[in-house]
Amino acid sequence: MDALVLSRIQFAANISFHILFPTINIALGWFLVYFRLRGNLARGHQDARYWEEAYYLWTKVFALSFALGVVSGITMSFQFGTNWPGFMEKAGNIAGPLLGYEVLTAFFLEATFLGIMLFGRSRVSDRVHLFASLMVAAGTTLSAFWILSLNSWMQTPVGYRIEDGVMYADSWLQIVFNPSFPYRLAHKLLASTITASFLIAGLSAYQYLTKANNGGSLKAMRTAITVAAVAVPLQIVAGDLHGLNTLEHQPAKIAALEGLWKTEKSAPLTLFGIPNEAERRTDYAIKLPGFASLILAHDWNAELKGLDQFEGRHPPVAPVFWSFRVMVGMGVLMLLASWWAFWTQWRGRAFQDRQPFSRMQLRVLAGMTFSGWIATLAGWYVTEIGRQPFIVYGVLRTADMVADHPPGLVLITLVSYLAVYAFLLAAYVLVLMYMSRHPAMPTPDAPQSPKPGMAIGGPA
Amino acid sequence: MDLNWTSLLPLVFMAVMGLSLLAYVVLDGYDLGVGILLPFATDAEKDIMVSSIGPFWDANETWLVLGVGVLLVAFPRAHSLVLTNLYLPVAVMLVGLILRGVSFDFRVKARAARKGMWNALFAAGSLMAATAQGWMLGSYLTGFDRAPLSLAFSLMIALTLPTAYAMLGAGWLIMKTWDELQAKAVRWARRVLWPMGLALVGISLATPLVSRTVFDKWFSMPELIGLLPIPVACAAAFYAAWHVSRKPNVVAAGYGWVIFASTVLLFVMAFLGLAYSIYPYIVIDRMTVWEAASAHDSLVVIFVGVAITLPAIVVYTIFMYRVFWGRASELSYGAAK
Ligand code: HDD
Ligand code: HEM
Ligand code: HEM
Repeated sequence: MDALVLSRIQFAANISFHILFPTINIALGWFLVYFRLRGNLARGHQDARYWEEAYYLWTKVFALSFALGVVSGITMSFQFGTNWPGFMEKAGNIAGPLLGYEVLTAFFLEATFLGIMLFGRSRVSDRVHLFASLMVAAGTTLSAFWILSLNSWMQTPVGYRIEDGVMYADSWLQIVFNPSFPYRLAHKLLASTITASFLIAGLSAYQYLTKANNGGSLKAMRTAITVAAVAVPLQIVAGDLHGLNTLEHQPAKIAALEGLWKTEKSAPLTLFGIPNEAERRTDYAIKLPGFASLILAHDWNAELKGLDQFEGRHPPVAPVFWSFRVMVGMGVLMLLASWWAFWTQWRGRAFQDRQPFSRMQLRVLAGMTFSGWIATLAGWYVTEIGRQPFIVYGVLRTADMVADHPPGLVLITLVSYLAVYAFLLAAYVLVLMYMSRHPAMPTPDAPQSPKPGMAIGGPA
Repeated sequence: MDLNWTSLLPLVFMAVMGLSLLAYVVLDGYDLGVGILLPFATDAEKDIMVSSIGPFWDANETWLVLGVGVLLVAFPRAHSLVLTNLYLPVAVMLVGLILRGVSFDFRVKARAARKGMWNALFAAGSLMAATAQGWMLGSYLTGFDRAPLSLAFSLMIALTLPTAYAMLGAGWLIMKTWDELQAKAVRWARRVLWPMGLALVGISLATPLVSRTVFDKWFSMPELIGLLPIPVACAAAFYAAWHVSRKPNVVAAGYGWVIFASTVLLFVMAFLGLAYSIYPYIVIDRMTVWEAASAHDSLVVIFVGVAITLPAIVVYTIFMYRVFWGRASELSYGAAK
């Protein structure tokens, strides 16, 4: 394997690992603010304790995910320089400021206020603490704003000019709010909301299954299911719109994800099949005639461009085709699961303190704890593999950007990163399960606070 | 060189980058140092040591992201040159930072039986990161030269930087802890002080030897006199640290902070010396600040951001340090005592 392939695998591995944690945290931060607010509103009431319990456990999950997000993010910020020097030399005038704004406006905000949020509860007033939690949530969301702006610009570059092969900015407004950005931002924020909801619902269900539940479990679970039941259908709509936008700007990607080899009128929708790149056809395809034209152009007879129009300029078909089906499949599963659970919860609403779900439902929810991760990664693979062979769509080719390290060197670092990530991922999942089974487990005395055991989220 | 906005802006960014990296080295330096010292403490002490840095480490590391960010934003060509040349040490540092950053959290959340493993990873990660950073500094100063002499020089810095961080860490613990652990921290400080000092002198003498450019800048006449305050301040700082660390009653009287402060002063002086040696290059002998700078328009865009946000960042960083002011212990056990 050459340095290009290895560098690509390494970049993909690093960013796939990184994205897992921000995906949870972007939304979890807002869940925490909500738990806090509900706790404050219920002051003097039994419920206040329950909300506090939910806050306590999920703050710990947030802290852990944040740590993983930060360290893998630091790795990301070095990757551009170590592996893709060409990218910064050619597109640095545009990518640089966007990344710079992320650091300046978002990273410091979240990192600084996180300290106060996690350790300062008993050192500052309730108001200031709530403010710190808000700043952390706002910071993570702002991070997503800037990085997605950059990523979207790489997909649909506008507002630039090229002199001597180097890109220069013409209009920052156009660059930041490039054509695919609003869709990507909405779709990503919803993805994050859904991922966090299924995580909360899943781990709470797991608490019931292992009889480790406390008053907070039900509060958290009801909130999460309600949010998921609303967010999943919105996500499907947003996904559809995103697809239409992509059809306009990156038709080759759509042709690949639909498995459309030939340009045709009234194009069929391939539900399933095995893309065969050598023969340029999809084997064993199950097709719905005319449906692709209907979904993508909202017209039965519309003509869709096939891969034959993009000879040498389209992405590998199979990974894009499969990833897309995994994402959409997950979306449908999530819709069913969240509405089923929401229906049960709605019928049991009269008994707020009783857990209304059947064992079967609890098992399904627990099984779907990490379903958001799968859908999110699949979605990103569609997006990123789908824009190949370009790094900045239509302008810069990935292969021209790579650093010419000896392949052995890249292999060494790749293997080390993979080993560390596999280990940490296993540890993360196991520790999450462990924390769920011991929701009230105090962290050891946190000497920063006046009362031992008051470290994170107040008394257990 | 005429002074106009276009030629000044790259210098401003050079300063911002240098100061971020200085902030990083001092701030993350003390928490890496605490990590390096961790194996020498008892289990109960480990908890206190870790929580003394708990609220700070994440923000501390963000200065590194800013430093690299500015390098990337303002000097894209230097960014690729530096980072491709430092490929392996950067990877080692990153793996170290990863292990350390997560162990922090895992050690208090995982099953008690696993705590030992996370403590060990925390210490190992801290040491890896510190050593790798030392190596990076060394190869940066030698212009990424791979001759044996240059490699030996890098190795020397790689072995020294952990002692300097340990010194900062010990100084931090002296301010943040009490009784037995504080006394221990004073002992640690005493133990690393001399190796650190000797190594600093060694490096300062070796740098002009491995680099002709540096030699010419320091050892020519009026300059040498003007530069004298740097070694003098270093000697004074060293003496202060040495003096206080040998007097338990001075520490007990509340002057323990002198050890930390003088170590910081040493770092600042070393930084000034380095900055002087390197200027106007960004990669020594190869690329000047102006050759590496990105388009003027892009610099202006990011300059606006820096001018607005950096003061805000400084303000809320100070706010955070005030929230967690005082000994790590005082408040928590104060009520019980
Ligand atoms: C919980 C996560 C999740 C779920 C349930 C869905 N998606 Fe998605 N999708 C993402 C998470 C995601 C993502 C990870 O957030 C992506 C990757 C990049 C992006 O903008 O969003 C994405 C990308 C993405 C793209 C690629 C856009 C491009 O690169 O130009 C399309 C066409 C869709 N999605 C469409 C859908 C449809 C029709 C769905 C209906 C079920 C759907 N997504 C469910
Ligand atoms: C966060 C979720 C993301 C995931 C899971 C992801 C995943 C991937 C994958 C799998 C590739 C490899 C494609 C291939 O080689 O065929 C890739 C490429 C790339 N992505 Fe992303 N990406 C994400 C977000 C981003 C963002 C936000 C940026 C930019 C700021 C970005 C920049 C790049 C670059 C520069 C490449 C080209 C290098 C390469 O082809 O390997 N990615 N990404
Ligand atoms: C190439 C792309 C990326 C780079 C270079 C990058 C860089 C970083 C860095 C350096 C951090 C640590 C910040 C700190 O010290 O607090 C971080 C954290 C974070 N990143 Fe990324 N990142 C990338 C992709 C993404 C993507 C695609 C998203 C989300 C859509 C994202 C969202 C976040 C968030 C929310 C955090 C805060 C930490 C957390 O909540 O876990 N990043 N990133």
